[in-house]
Amino acid sequence: MRGQDYTRRRLRRPEWMVVVAGLLLFVTTTAIAQVIPTVMPQLVGRSPAMETGPAAPLPKWITDDVRKERNYPDQPPVIPHSIEGYQLSVNTNRCLSCHRREFTQESGAPMISVTHYMTREGQMLADVSPRRYFCTACHVPQADAKPLVGNTFKDMSELGAKPAGSE
Amino acid sequence: MTGELTRRDILKAHAAGIAAATAGIALPAAAQPVPGGVTALEIKWSKAPCRFCGTGCGVMVGVKEGQVVATHGDMQAEVNRGLNCIKGYFLSKIMYGADRLKTPLLRKRNGAYAKDGEFEPVSWDEAFDVMAEQAKRVLKEKGPTAVGMFGSGQWTIFEGYAATKLMRAGFRSNNLDPNARHCMASAAYAFMRTFGMDEPMGVYDDFEHADAFVLWGSNMAEMHPILWTRVADRRLGQPHVRVAVLSTFTHRSMDLADIPIIFTPGTDLAILNYIANHIIQTGRVNQDFVQRHTRFVRGVTEIGYGLRPEHPLEKAAPNAADPTKMEPIDFEAFKAFVSDYTLAKTAELTGVDPGFLEQLAELYADPDRKVMSLWTMGFNQHVRGVWANQMVYNIHLLTGKISEPGNSPFSLTGQPSACGTAREVGTFAHRLPADMTVTNPKHRERAEEIWRIPKGIIPDKPGYHAVLQDRMLKDGKLNFYWVQVNNNIQAAPNTSNETWQGYRNPDNFIVVSDAYPTITAMSADLILPAAMWVEKEGAYGNAERRTQVWRQLVQAPGEARSDLWQIAEFSKRFTTDEVWPADILESNPEYRGKTLFDVIFRNGEVDRFPLSEIDPAYDNHEAKDFGFYIQKGLFEEYATFGRGHGHDLAPFNMYHEVRGLRWPVVDGKETLWRYREGFDPFVKPGEGVNFYGQPDGKAVIIAVPYEPPAESPDEEYDIWLVTGRVLEHWHSGSMTLRVPELFRAFPGAVCFMNADDARKRGINQGAEVRIVSRRGEMRARIDTRGRNRMPPGVIFVPWFDASKLINKVTLDATDPISKQTDFKKCAVKIIPVAV
Repeated sequence: MRGQDYTRRRLRRPEWMVVVAGLLLFVTTTAIAQVIPTVMPQLVGRSPAMETGPAAPLPKWITDDVRKERNYPDQPPVIPHSIEGYQLSVNTNRCLSCHRREFTQESGAPMISVTHYMTREGQMLADVSPRRYFCTACHVPQADAKPLVGNTFKDMSELGAKPAGSE
Repeated sequence: MTGELTRRDILKAHAAGIAAATAGIALPAAAQPVPGGVTALEIKWSKAPCRFCGTGCGVMVGVKEGQVVATHGDMQAEVNRGLNCIKGYFLSKIMYGADRLKTPLLRKRNGAYAKDGEFEPVSWDEAFDVMAEQAKRVLKEKGPTAVGMFGSGQWTIFEGYAATKLMRAGFRSNNLDPNARHCMASAAYAFMRTFGMDEPMGVYDDFEHADAFVLWGSNMAEMHPILWTRVADRRLGQPHVRVAVLSTFTHRSMDLADIPIIFTPGTDLAILNYIANHIIQTGRVNQDFVQRHTRFVRGVTEIGYGLRPEHPLEKAAPNAADPTKMEPIDFEAFKAFVSDYTLAKTAELTGVDPGFLEQLAELYADPDRKVMSLWTMGFNQHVRGVWANQMVYNIHLLTGKISEPGNSPFSLTGQPSACGTAREVGTFAHRLPADMTVTNPKHRERAEEIWRIPKGIIPDKPGYHAVLQDRMLKDGKLNFYWVQVNNNIQAAPNTSNETWQGYRNPDNFIVVSDAYPTITAMSADLILPAAMWVEKEGAYGNAERRTQVWRQLVQAPGEARSDLWQIAEFSKRFTTDEVWPADILESNPEYRGKTLFDVIFRNGEVDRFPLSEIDPAYDNHEAKDFGFYIQKGLFEEYATFGRGHGHDLAPFNMYHEVRGLRWPVVDGKETLWRYREGFDPFVKPGEGVNFYGQPDGKAVIIAVPYEPPAESPDEEYDIWLVTGRVLEHWHSGSMTLRVPELFRAFPGAVCFMNADDARKRGINQGAEVRIVSRRGEMRARIDTRGRNRMPPGVIFVPWFDASKLINKVTLDATDPISKQTDFKKCAVKIIPVAV
């Protein structure tokens, strides 16, 4: 299996190298040509830098209810639905009205993670720990917007992790 | 990626029940349950503090095949106990933006450096050659006051310490300041003026002991989310606990508030004096404490606004020249002074409901209620920020609610090492390590002794502070300028008229070290690619005096190098004969012909730890390159400044073993509550409380009035502008905007506005407007329904978006004492963009 894996990785590597080389070429050439500013003004400013330019319309939010794969198991899942007008205060937590354990069967929403029932000391409580009460500190909706720049972060499954039962 | 499916594609195919045969690589079902054994699944986990705010959360960083593949909250870290905020959870991706800088870039024309040239990749050698040539030219033409450096509270302790040595001991210039000047200079000055020692007396453990929390202009729910989880834990879990939130608009922290207070910008000063008055009038002064542990002073008033000296407001201010003066008074005089701040007068000035003001004052006055006050930029970015900080200490001192569990005036910080590097190492224009200053001859002498340099090398005049650096760059008096770990073209006030002009002034050579092409980097003449976070060994100090150290976990991309490496390597290009005065060299001939690298790093102290002391499980690029454990050497030399007098740091190696330690660390034990007997080893038995930073052991209660902001709305510029951050982006967004999930969570700056204000101007939700001040303008979309609910007459605009530079609009007014900018108060008008 090792051998087969090696083959697959060897097959993949040249392509990966091409992508990296392309990126490098892109970065260096754009730096030379100074086209970065016109490409990504939100990151590097406008050209010229102090110019006042138009503002893009407010974003549309992704509300397709399709669960997004996480980048790693520890990542808080993003919110695939609208939360506009959701109350999150001392008295009311609209998120919990679907995601609390007792409501998930009816709502079909995923149950909040077991870690959310733990105190600071790691002890399990009968309900969500008050320290986890404000959901939006970690869970955020996503705008329907193209990322400003690529991210070369690699998923651990591409780095030699071979999940049980996968082969 | 055509032609072949990735493993994940295959997995998805399996999950969907589609035949794996499409890939043509289906394997026999007899494979072992975990192919390659469990080692193939293993991730190497190591600790590191978070890269973002001053909270200092512990993070576990997972590395596989030389890549960071995951991060999560460290269960063992006391600060956050397994939690991270959304930014912390995405730390894994901040280093992997596709536009990472991997090679130095120099503006060139016809093969040579030219201010008006285009960026071209160059080698490190060429970059340093040109840089050294420019520095030497400026030093020769104008001397040390024309060279400067602008650093950051994101520098590691080693980097900040190396920078302060290079500038003060090497180039003999105090023109070194951190962007922390924009962030918490007011807090630092107030600590020095009140307690004679910087940084909080309390710790985060106060969260679990307090019965009431008062947020002064701070939005912890977004800016310090993990500390907010500790407030929420306490408030929601203990029915008697109360939360008061004071702000100029309604934000997420108000969701937890029992006492929500929206006040007119700048009038928090009046509320502070009203509370002091209420405590006195209702007979709740802790007489014994006040008598034994405090003294009273009156500060000079009408101290100006830190604008350029020719500004009419400065000319009209009688005490603008020396705003720091204080004269002793007694309790009766203080009592009479604050008696002006009656409930009725304060309610009228502030626009706050008197009932809420009284409830707030009672939280402090009630002797049975332990109170934690919390603040950040609302107080610090304030033209009377030092006063505001001192006035909150007034309240805690009058009631004796200080230096004990749960009774805690607590100044939060915005950067990961604002305390550890900017303040403790002393990278401010007037500071040396361990609260010492360049103006004190004994302090300079002590520093010269520890640094093993000749007497008289460290200059005695404070250098240019942040805003003054920008003015001096523009005016052509500061000509060689090195910027590290910050994005000041985006962050500085009035940037298009001041900061940016200075960078592009043909007389100046600007170097910017950064990991990414920020707007500041793009405004420079030379860009140096920087290694970041766990690409190097580092140390940060958080807001509760906790020093945390981490190891290098991955390699920096391309030729990117840490700021420490850059500083040390650059120092090799100068000899003492080129930068030190002849008379000092004449009386100290043994220093002749040495490089600054020899003097600063090869001094017998910094280079005394061999490579063999580095944990073989980790790399250390800088140490291997220089041939000695440079981080440990710098740390140990630096620690000698503070040991023995209340700034004590533990031995370096200990920090690699633990989740940080809160200084002073004496006999391996950290200190939780300073100045209190039983908690602080520097307080002797029988003393009870001793504010030993002051020669008489007494903290200072100051009488100062409400004074108006530098600029208030008028008929033409009719609305207040407040700037700040949002939860998902950290500061200028140079890291968080490059993480797709964080970008999509808040994809661009907007203008939060009151719905009635918008309607009156004929503006609808989502419409585009021009935000115009006397300085400049920018364009943004209006949001009247977002997370911030604005009162009439106030707008809020975050500054993370380089395409919407709100700092073209802001005013470069500062607190005259701390020189920290007020980013929270200026006047603008809103003009709809015609469709």
